[in-house]
Amino acid sequence: MSRSMVVWYPDWPVVASGVVGPVAVTHASRVVVASAEARSEGVRVGQRRRQAEAVCPGLAIVGRDEDRDARAFEPLVAAVAGFCPTVEVIRPGLCAFSARGPARYFGGEESLARQVAEAVDAATAAASGTRGEGCRVGVADGSFAGTLAARRGRIVPPGATAEFLAPLSVRELGRPELADLLERLGVRTLGQLAALPAPQVLSRFGWEGAAVHRLARGLDERPLDARRPHEDLSVEDELDPPVERVDTAAFVAKALADRLYAGLVKGGWRCTLVRIEAESEHGESLCRTWRHDGTFSAATLAERVRWQLDGWLTGPTRPTAGLTKLRLVPEEIVVDHGTQLGFWGGMAEADRQAARVLARVQSMIGPDGVLTAVLDGGRSPIERATLIPWGDQRASRRRPELPWPGRIPPPAPARTSAPAGSVALEDSGGRPVVVNGRAEPSGAPARLRPDRGPELTVSGWSAPWPCQERWWDPDGHRRRAWMQVAVEDGRAFLLAAEGGRWSVEAVYD
Amino acid sequence: MEVAELLERARPVALAAQRALPVTPALTFLLPGGLRRGSTVAIGAGAGSGPGATSLLLALLAGASAEGSWAALVGMPEVGPEAAGSMGVDLGRLALVPDPGEQWPAVVSALLDGIDLVAVRLGGRLRPRPVDARRLAARARHQSSVLMVTGAPWPEGCDLSLDVVAGKWEGLGAGYGSLARRRVEVAVSGRRAASRGRRAVLWLPDESGRPEPIDDTLVALHP
Repeated sequence: MSRSMVVWYPDWPVVASGVVGPVAVTHASRVVVASAEARSEGVRVGQRRRQAEAVCPGLAIVGRDEDRDARAFEPLVAAVAGFCPTVEVIRPGLCAFSARGPARYFGGEESLARQVAEAVDAATAAASGTRGEGCRVGVADGSFAGTLAARRGRIVPPGATAEFLAPLSVRELGRPELADLLERLGVRTLGQLAALPAPQVLSRFGWEGAAVHRLARGLDERPLDARRPHEDLSVEDELDPPVERVDTAAFVAKALADRLYAGLVKGGWRCTLVRIEAESEHGESLCRTWRHDGTFSAATLAERVRWQLDGWLTGPTRPTAGLTKLRLVPEEIVVDHGTQLGFWGGMAEADRQAARVLARVQSMIGPDGVLTAVLDGGRSPIERATLIPWGDQRASRRRPELPWPGRIPPPAPARTSAPAGSVALEDSGGRPVVVNGRAEPSGAPARLRPDRGPELTVSGWSAPWPCQERWWDPDGHRRRAWMQVAVEDGRAFLLAAEGGRWSVEAVYD
Repeated sequence: MEVAELLERARPVALAAQRALPVTPALTFLLPGGLRRGSTVAIGAGAGSGPGATSLLLALLAGASAEGSWAALVGMPEVGPEAAGSMGVDLGRLALVPDPGEQWPAVVSALLDGIDLVAVRLGGRLRPRPVDARRLAARARHQSSVLMVTGAPWPEGCDLSLDVVAGKWEGLGAGYGSLARRRVEVAVSGRRAASRGRRAVLWLPDESGRPEPIDDTLVALHP
């Protein structure tokens, strides 16, 4: 049985944000993590952001950013790696290593835990300037029990892990659905779960049940069939020119993760532990191991690699030159039992194929070459949609369903950024049509003269309507008048007057 | 028996309906069998073609996109995503490649590998040589995708051509109203099974931004 020492930093996203005082980290308007000060004021995880701000005035709100969390965690992992080079990062804020060797060298588990905690706290203070509440270190048999021990700051003696786990709730397993089911069946603590006979647990709850049953009995959490790969499944890439920027590195990481994943799939494997290695132009070599609670998918793998590269390239231990080599080594693999695809929803084969193709096109013309659109809130046709590089999260910045007074009425124009640019609008006497402060035109438009191309005869026009945006903001303030104009050849345009000049904002093609 | 041969035999039979991509109801009169997979389609590139090609292109994508197909727009930085969405295109399955660069034939060819509908606006840097055109058409045929071109004639000629031959916006007066809907007449011509020249009158778009058929009695078969 392996002794596992786990280092846990409470509320890591709060510490990573670098903000002191009451802080809440939010995602999709809900609190994900709150600092101790905020919690004492009544802020709770899962609360709506507005509610949290109401119970705790002066609460600082920070958006969730996993990249930032991972980046800030790298110096801490480096500090832990000073005690044991084979640290496994489970997620930002949580890492584990095998305690047996280091404990002997550093004078016992207790002394090792104290020294690790001091080193990590010193690294945090040096890196982010805040100490938070300090990290907690726990030791137990296996990293699941170790994590629970770390949350309580306890050192569980060897062989006593089962007793330590027995009174804890089945919720600690981190599988809410299974925990719900177990509780409804009357199994409330890990001790009660451990008391059930293993064959029956397997036949009733399947592999997931068998795995948590092992955890509850204080046995090794590794899947039963986990093994080191007997063949070389690692993938590597020479980076030429050397990579110094995180976004380029992330792009390489994605391609590499896809390759590793493809290799694993071919052998029918899945990976639970991966080592990320990088070499710089000056021969420095960097190495870090990441563990996944379940198994890595191509996307989660790419994410871990990106976090790690971000940590290396922007952290205090940054290499002195660009990275020239990147290597992914699967350290521990399990047999892929396959997943039953959902009957409805989920990712169909066509979606996966399209994702592959788009990633390939990105590798040809750059990550920003392939975009996807999301509808956004706003008034002008250009504001009504945001273009996001393919693969990034599709999220609107402003809410499209709000009324947006003064916006262009539907139907939406088919072409937004016009090819024409500025235009001249004239009435029948050849005088330019201008709009006054009350959005009244000086005459009836009769001719539209684009920068290029022939003059067009106006066949219909709407009354200009004013649109004033962000009047409170001296920089973002815009005052425009909109007008729709149809011309005789069947085309229609959306014109905007701003500062006495007309421009074509969109074409109803 | 070789494995490859076995796989070939075990492959599910492709029905005619699966060899074609669905089209939105407004276009079913023009394309009764849907968009045949593996074909090339020219939109608004014919001689008598008027404005409205972008809307027609989006309307063509809408039917298949709503059924789960992926679509890509190449060389069209100006297409309005909001208009695409209201036409019925699922924006989650629409990829935009605004500037494919000098190697655009390679990009289009890669897209045809996994995306059902790939639309390219020709012109500017995107000027196809006959050899590129032949290769891309063969790629579409081999991968059972549909290659759509607009903006300029395709050197090799297309299996199907759709043109907006007449269009008129409604709802706008002299200083009042707003653009409400557009009545268009769309003509289809082709060199294979769909070669009967059909014409249909439809709203493109109607008041809510969708393509809608106007009335079946107004539709005339063109000789």
